Amino acid sequence: MKVLIPGALRSYTRDAHVEAVGDTLHALFADLDRRYPGLRFRVVDEQNLLRPNMRIFVNGVGVRDLHHALQGDDFVALVLALSGG
Amino acid sequence: MSRTSAPTPTPTRIVILVATRKGAWLFHGDAKRKVWQADGPHFLGHSISHVQLDPRDGRTLLAAAKTGHLGPTIFRSTNLGHGWKEARQPPAFTQPAKQAQAPDGLPARSVDHTFWLTPGHASERDSWYAGTSPQGLFRSEDGGVSWAPLPAVNDNPQLREWMGSAQDGTPDGPKLHSIIVDPRDPSHLYFAMSGGGVHESRDAGRSWATLIKGMEVVGGLDPTTVTFHDPHCVRLCPSNPDRLYQQNHCGIYRIDRSGDPAADTWQRIGSKMPKRVGDIGFPMVVHPRDADTAWVFPMDGTTVWPRTSPGGRPAAYVTRNAGRTWQRLDEGLPEAQAWWTLKRQAMTVDAQAVPALYVGTTSGELWIGREEGARWSNIARHLPEIYAVEVAELA
Repeated sequence: MKVLIPGALRSYTRDAHVEAVGDTLHALFADLDRRYPGLRFRVVDEQNLLRPNMRIFVNGVGVRDLHHALQGDDFVALVLALSGG
Repeated sequence: MSRTSAPTPTPTRIVILVATRKGAWLFHGDAKRKVWQADGPHFLGHSISHVQLDPRDGRTLLAAAKTGHLGPTIFRSTNLGHGWKEARQPPAFTQPAKQAQAPDGLPARSVDHTFWLTPGHASERDSWYAGTSPQGLFRSEDGGVSWAPLPAVNDNPQLREWMGSAQDGTPDGPKLHSIIVDPRDPSHLYFAMSGGGVHESRDAGRSWATLIKGMEVVGGLDPTTVTFHDPHCVRLCPSNPDRLYQQNHCGIYRIDRSGDPAADTWQRIGSKMPKRVGDIGFPMVVHPRDADTAWVFPMDGTTVWPRTSPGGRPAAYVTRNAGRTWQRLDEGLPEAQAWWTLKRQAMTVDAQAVPALYVGTTSGELWIGREEGARWSNIARHLPEIYAVEVAELA
């Protein structure tokens, strides 16, 4: 499936859009980490929780549960929470 | 006076390692410490809490990094910053066993950022220690590529109680800092926690004893309760490893160790500071060869804790008699309306024949205090807020 990578993580992927596989978000991040070592820990902490200021949208819908099931044609967007100052 | 003889002069290059809220810089100096060349920014936009050189090889750098949104990591360079690679396993807490979660109240924790880096003992090549926020202690044995937690600290119910939760800490998070390795014994370690006291191990971190006797706490609280103790910075004297100095939330202290943590007592030596300045601050620096000489950089710790220079007039203070008297060192520093101060890692000293001090300010200025702080001059302005300053001397 297609995954949109935010600018802050492109030092790992180089590209804004990458391909990865997984039947859940957990599995998707495991696959992303295989392809781009170190990426997962910047987004998911050691307790397997999405870090506080990260957001994930699956087909445009916000999701925080990393057990969320995925389909092969889903579009997953990793987004930095908007902030100011 | 316990000054030891000055080392035989050898040609050295000085490199100042500057960690800031928005990246890291290296300032390369000549042998006279007159001309400085900026190398940076490295990791522009990353919050860099600490950059340290491995004194055992003179070329490996570690940088503790995170950004506003992304999780923490460690970057490594094996060529003095020409190239960097990310650690394969940055410091991370373990996942508690299911049955351990409820009864002893040890909730799972996640590292927000690595705050402090200390190279291991000279005899333990490639060993490093890291302190984190929330408070955790980690060790690497492969030059910082991978890090393992020390369970006798991170999963110790008593220490965890004294640490409190992340919500109990200061606005930018509770810290484990001042990780010290006794130069005589790699198994003899110290660390401090804000909050949570000072602790000592003589078995390489497998067990810990608390070292808080004599330390004061905020008025009205019980000083025997470890969680109330807030050491800001602890330093061991290289010329007398049985002596340590401490800048604390409640004053400046010295301790001379007999070896028994229950008997040894911190002496409040800041009471001899001028009353209008006080003895509150964050950094503490010790002389490389004279255990009677130490420096502080006081800040305003009154009312709501403005954390500025007292009266807008920044100055270092030096004691040359182990804390019996203090002298103000402000020649060359701004004389008025300078409302910056220093973080706890943002002051250091080199080991040249006549040492110089180096400070990095919350307003992004880097200063050198020549002749042991007697004369100050500016090296750089307009950097981001400076979190840490270390100085490395290269042959």
